Parts: sequence; C-alpha cells; structure tokens
Amino acid sequence: MKINDVILHTITKLVVFIILTFGVELFLSGHNNPGGGFIGGLVLSSALVLLFLVYDIETVEKGIPLDFKKVAALGVLFAVGTGFGAVLFGAEFLTQAFSTFNLPVFGETELATVTLFEVGVALTVVGTVVTIILSISEDV
Amino acid sequence: MLTITMAIFIPFLAAILVPFIYKWKPRMIGWFVLIVPLVLFAGLARFIPTVASGMTMVNAIQWIPSANIHFTTYLDGLSIIFGLLITGVGSLVILYSIYYLSSRESLSHFYVYLLMFMGAMLGVVFSDNMMVLYVFWELTSISSFLLIAFWYHRKQSRYGAQKSMLITVSGGVAMLAGFIMLYAMTGSFSIRENIAMMGEITGHSLFIPAMVLVLLGAFTKSAQFPFHIWLPDAMEAPTPVSAYLHSATMVKAGIYLVARFTGVFGGDAVWFYTVSIVGIFTLFWGSFNAVRQTDLKALLAYSTISQLGLVMSLFGLGSAALNSGYSENSVLYAQATFAALFHLVNHSTFKGALFMVVGIVDLNAGTRDVRRLGGLMSLMPVTFTIAIIGSFSMAGLPPFNGFLSKEMFFEAMVAVRHLEFFSIGSWGTLFPVLAWLGSVFTFIYSMIIVFQTFFGEHQPDRLDREAHEAPVGMLIAPSILGLLVVAIFFFPNVIGDYLLRPAMAAVYPSLPQIGQAMDPIKIWHGPNMALWMTVGVIIIGFLLYISLNYWRSLYKIGPLRWNLDSVYNGALTMVERGSTLLTNTYMTGYLRHYFVYIFGFFLLTVAGTIFFVGGFTFDFSNDAPITVNEYILVFVMMVAGILMIFVSSRVTAILLNGVLGYSIALFFVVFRAPDLALTQIVVETVTTALFLLCFYFLPKMKKEKVVRASKVTNGIIAISAGTLVTVIALAVQGNKMFDSISSYFENAYELTGGKNIVNTILGDFRAFDTMLEVVVLFIAGIGVYTLIKLKARKGGRDVED
Repeated sequence: MKINDVILHTITKLVVFIILTFGVELFLSGHNNPGGGFIGGLVLSSALVLLFLVYDIETVEKGIPLDFKKVAALGVLFAVGTGFGAVLFGAEFLTQAFSTFNLPVFGETELATVTLFEVGVALTVVGTVVTIILSISEDV
Repeated sequence: MLTITMAIFIPFLAAILVPFIYKWKPRMIGWFVLIVPLVLFAGLARFIPTVASGMTMVNAIQWIPSANIHFTTYLDGLSIIFGLLITGVGSLVILYSIYYLSSRESLSHFYVYLLMFMGAMLGVVFSDNMMVLYVFWELTSISSFLLIAFWYHRKQSRYGAQKSMLITVSGGVAMLAGFIMLYAMTGSFSIRENIAMMGEITGHSLFIPAMVLVLLGAFTKSAQFPFHIWLPDAMEAPTPVSAYLHSATMVKAGIYLVARFTGVFGGDAVWFYTVSIVGIFTLFWGSFNAVRQTDLKALLAYSTISQLGLVMSLFGLGSAALNSGYSENSVLYAQATFAALFHLVNHSTFKGALFMVVGIVDLNAGTRDVRRLGGLMSLMPVTFTIAIIGSFSMAGLPPFNGFLSKEMFFEAMVAVRHLEFFSIGSWGTLFPVLAWLGSVFTFIYSMIIVFQTFFGEHQPDRLDREAHEAPVGMLIAPSILGLLVVAIFFFPNVIGDYLLRPAMAAVYPSLPQIGQAMDPIKIWHGPNMALWMTVGVIIIGFLLYISLNYWRSLYKIGPLRWNLDSVYNGALTMVERGSTLLTNTYMTGYLRHYFVYIFGFFLLTVAGTIFFVGGFTFDFSNDAPITVNEYILVFVMMVAGILMIFVSSRVTAILLNGVLGYSIALFFVVFRAPDLALTQIVVETVTTALFLLCFYFLPKMKKEKVVRASKVTNGIIAISAGTLVTVIALAVQGNKMFDSISSYFENAYELTGGKNIVNTILGDFRAFDTMLEVVVLFIAGIGVYTLIKLKARKGGRDVED
C-alpha cells in the first residue's frame, strides 16, 4: 500500500499522541474509573495500528524498535510473576494489596499492587494485537 | 535451610536460567547445570540423620483448597532414597554428559529438558498429594519424550519418543482415574491419610478397580510386561539420558509408586499376586530377550526391564507382611521389601556405570554392535575395569553389591514356598524357578557385555573409528559409580542402617518397628539355599554362554518372533487410518458445512438438555421495563443483521457488521457499563482495521450457487439456533439455580481500595481468570504468528521420513 497522503500524515502525527495519552490515562485511572489494563492496552495498540496503516512498517519500526512478540511475552511473565510476588510475602497466589501513601508531588495517593498485574495485562494486549496485525499485513 | 518444596522448584528455576547462561558462555553450560544437582544432593544428604532417627517432615502449602489439593511435600525414608538417587546419579550423568555431547548439539535444550525432568522426578517422590504427584508424573513422561526425541532428525528417535509417551501417559491417565476412585472412597488426596484409612476401604467396591488402575500407571512407567516394549526404543535417546531416565530414575517411579501404595493396597491378595507375578515374569522375559540383542544399549534396556521386574516382584512379595499385623512371619516377608530397596540402590549404581561404559564404547569405537566389537581390553583399560565391575555386579557375583541383593532376592523367593496366606500352595515353587532362570540369563548377558566387547579379537577394520580410551573427564562419573559398587559390597550396612531401615518404616506405615527387626546385611551368610542357587547360576550360565552359538537360533522360532511390538505398530496404524477416514468424512473444507455441524450439534445438545430438564419456564416479573431508546437500538441492529445476508459487496457487509458492534457499545452506554462500552468500541475499531488489511488481498466476492434443499436446511438450522439463543436468554430469569454472586463484591471498595468494580473483579477478585485470559491471548498471538510466519524453512536440519 503506497499512499502518500499529506493530510493523513500530519493529522496522524497529532492524533497518535492524543490516543497514546488517552491510553495511558485510561490505564492509570482504571482502579477507580472506567479503564484498566486490557482497555488501556487496546487503546495503545490502536494508536500503533494507526501508525502502521498510515506510514509503512519499516518507518514505524525505525521509530519504535520493539519486538512486539517479546513485549507480549514480557507481559505474560509480568502478570504471572506478580502473582508469585504475593507468595513471597506468605499470601496466596495472586493476592493483591493496596495502601495510601503521602507522596511529595501527588499528595495523598493510593498505590495498589494490582497496577503491576495490570501492567502485565496491558503489555500482553499491546504485544499480541500488534504481533497479529503485523504478521497478517506482512504476509503478502 | 533447604526445604523440600524448594528442592522441587530449584531445577525448574535453573531451567529458566539455562538459555541465558548458554548465550553468555555456551561451552560452560554443563558446569553451571552441574551445580544444581550437587547442591540438592548435599541438601538432601543433610536430612539423612534426621530421617534415620525415624523422623519425617511435612511441608504443606495450600494450593486449591476447595478441591482438597494442597502442595504437600513429605520426606521420609522412602522418598529420601529416591531423592538421593535422582540428585546423585543426576550429578554424575550431567558430569558425564559434559564430555559426551559435543558443543555443536543444542545443549541449552538438552539441559533444560534434563532439569525439567529432575524437578518433576523430585516432585513425584516428595509429593504427598496424589493430584500433585500426578502432575509431576506426567511431566516426567513429557520431559522423557523431549529427551528421547533429542536427535529428532532421526526417524527412530521420533518413533521411540512417541511410543514411550503413548504408553506411559496412558498408564498415567489410568492412574489418575485410580486416584480419583481413592478420593471417592476416602475423601482425601493425601497419600498418608489414605494409608491411615486403609482398613475402612479394603472391602469397598471401588477398592480393586482403583488398585488395578494405579498399578497400570506403575507398570507402564516401570516397563513391566506387557508394557515393556517402549523401553528398548527409548534407547534412541543420548546415552546420558538412557543412563539417567531409563535405568536409574524415571523407570523407577513405578517402583516408587508400588512401594508407596503398599501401605494402601498391600495385604490384599490381588495386589500381592498382580505385583509379584507381573514382576517375576518381567524379570524372566526381559533377561531372556536381552541375550538375543546384539546392540549393547538394547541389551542394557532389556536387562533394565528384567531388573525392574525383579524389584517389582520383591515389593509384591513383601506386601504379604501387611496381611496379618506384626509377627515373625511378617518380618520374614518384609525381608523381600528390604531386598527390593537394597537392589534398587545397587541397580542404579551398576546400571548407570554400564550405560556410561556403553556410551564410551559407542563414542570411541564408533559402534555398539557386539558382533563388530572385540578386543578392546588393552585399548580401553579403565573402561574395561568399570565394565567388569558393573557386569559382574549385575550377574550377582562377589565382591560386588549386586551379589548381596541377589542373595537376598533368592532368599525371599525361596521363602515364598512357605507362604501360608492367599492359598498359594504348590504354585509358590514357580517363583524361585522363574527367579533362578531369570538369573541364569542375567548371568549370560552380563558375560556378553564383558567378553564380547573387551575380549577376543580386535577388528579395527570393522569399526567406524579407531578405538581409544575416553578422556579422563568422561571416566570420572562411571568410576565413581564403580567405586560405589565395590564400597557397598564391603560396607552394605551403612546404606542398610541409614537409608533402608527408615524406608522400611515408610513402606510399612502400620508396622513401624519392622525396619529395626531386620537382620543386618551379611556378606557371608553361610551355605544356604540361596548360595547354592547362585552356584547353579554360575555353572549353568557359564555352560550356556559357551554354547551360545548353538542355541541362539531358538529365538528365531515362530511364536517368539511374533512380538508385542508388532501388536503396538498394528494398533497405531489402525488408529491412524481410522481417524483419517473419520476426519475426511466431515472435514470438507467448506466453512458453511462446519457451521451446519456446529450449530446442529449445539441445537441437539442444548435444546435437548433444556427440554429434558424442563428449563423452558419463563418469569418476566423481575425484568426491567424496556424504554424507547432500547427499542430503537434493537431495531437498528435487526435491520443491519438482516441486510447483511443480502448485500453483495464485502465492504458493505463489514460496515453493517460495524453497525452491529457499535450498537452493542451503545447498549453498554445505555446500561451504564462504560468499561464494556469502551472495550467494545476499541475492539470494533481494531477488528475493522484487521478486516481491511485482510480484505485488500482477497479475490472478488462471488455469490455461490447452493442447492435449494441445503439452502432450506441451512435456513432451518440458522433460524432454530437463533430462536434457541433467544429462548435461553428469556428463560434465564425464570430459572435460578444458584444464589447471585453479587454479594461477593459488596465490600469491593473496603477490600481492594478500587472504586471501579469491574476492575476490582478483574484484577482482585478473579485475577486468576484474567491471568489465564492473558496467557490465552498470548498463545493465540503466537499461534497466528507461527501459522503465518514460520512456513517450512528451506535448508536446516534434514529430517528423515
């Protein structure tokens, strides 16, 4: 696909950052508002898919030199690994904990271990979705 | 302090590290791996005094409490013997493999499989929970499969791997069924608790079926007749693997199981007869067949089969001791178990050494065929010495450890004749006769190993390589085993007092004092029946060995050539053909046919079930009122759905599909489920992008011409499937089988600190689901990637068909 659409290129450059920001926001706010690892990961990967559609694969790979298979594998390891983290503290597998901390900039903040688990989920989603789309699109 | 639970997991953790170390220092990988069994061996050895003083250790971790499955590890006399064998022989085998395998092999795979096996094996012997034991049990089968198929470009390796896998795994599944039956009887998966409840279950109707199924698992794993056929083919594995898995450890898992479950089933006549008769016949059959082998490794494989049969039969006889409490008689029969445990240890030492010797001969002379070998004594003096020690020990000659356990074996077999239980009568004489015959053949093949390989005429032109002695490093491991063989002969009671006596208490949990009542092992036990039997074995064995060429043609007689292997191969071909036929009838390659099958099956089962249980009851009183918005949405979706059938271009169809998806998202918005709405929208967007990608490369859509009759059938199936789903949706409200689970999430904020209940359910309450979903997603992604990317590569390793 050789499309050289200037408007699309320009707008994409802008929009991708908006989508990415939105994805991160969704991910972080997940504990108390709509969002979370899965949806955050999906939004992040949709931004990447948009990049792949508008620019060609080589260009994007130059900008984001990531092996998305490894991203997915890392995600799975993270998700399973945080489960074992609980075992280390003597709790049952996948037990989550939370507590509020008084952080210098953010003030009173709640930190939960489930966020780490969600990081794994998000990474897996991003890695898998992009891997699937890339392998299908490269198979020409 | 090393706990047993940790000991099980250390090999697995090390296996994860292996690929990284391999990348860093490919040549040193074996030395790094060697650390693992050494540390474990030292750690386990520290428990010997504890265990010898009669103490046991239990370490329980809750795993799936709702199903009574706990990760309970249990250390007692029996499991520590196996643990020491696994780690001890494991260390030597890894040391040996460092020199055996060239650095061009895929060493990281090899050591990952080997460590995986080691962990699984430790799991088998230390687990108290039957379900956990089963998981590890099958894991040993899988790692054995991977190791046998290590040289997968050879057809024979793949064949052997498949054979061992099919036989041992199906036995394992039978064993699982047996375990579940035990659970049905006692309500516990714990082996110790089952043993404690032994008296209550003996008369139960499931007792015998459970016993038979558990024995199936044990017999397939330990290569007992008629399941022994996989072991010779497993010899396609690299020699260190054969030495480790197929003689010293894995095949003994079945023996372990029999010893462990003696506490549950022992004392019953069926157990006594099945185990001892299968064992004694395997002993005879294995040794008889070993003599005709010309490949040294195949010979050792059959010899392993027969020795496993020997140990098995001794455990069978020993179980008689449980029949009538503690008495002089029970001590007499318990001697058999004592001999079994002793021979178990001895066998690991001399057979491990012999396998390593064969590996050295194979590597440094280029062949394992005894017809081509000969006269290696002067060329390989060290190897020769170890071979003598190993073979003579196997043949049961002094001053080697095999002599001691062989004498105890004969004594036990002679004692059977006086057995008063189980109405054995004059049939008991069959035991010493078969045992003696088996030993004669054992003597013959032991002599074949030594004399045909190392004596006689050296024929360098018939060897692939110029024969020479192995490098020093390669000789260390077999030398240590050889030294052990001799050392155990002179100091047998070190093992006897510290390992075997505590193990006796583990095999006979209801007779804890029995271990102490055993006589110490004596090197010279006087001119009794057993000694005369040994003298007979030596004389007759020697005569038969000399005349080998005259009577070997015996093996070519018709019924002897007709063997179980051809039965196995025939069955395999039949299954393959049958499944091909069956598959070809329904795999037409047309998606619409598959839909017909899927929905037809769905209709039959679901509608049928609902009809039979009377699930068609409706109750609309609790339903929420339907608003105008919802009517409109449903109308839009229905229009889109119906239109989709009739449109002729793909793009329109995709757009209509999108309409459906986004309408569902709107529904979620209406019902205040923003999370779901968001997810739905993004998924819809990403799938549309995917569709567009695929689209670009598809040919133009053509309307196919379908016969009217099948159109009608398809229409009927489609409409009824739709109706069924609708009816189910409507009937759900009318059938409340369980309480609502919503109360479970009532304190979500207090428990998790999260205000978004969807997320707390996903991440906190039901994180296990989410975790596995993520894993599934990942596997699906890898699946797509491999399907598309990894088309058969050209070049690389040639694979024989």
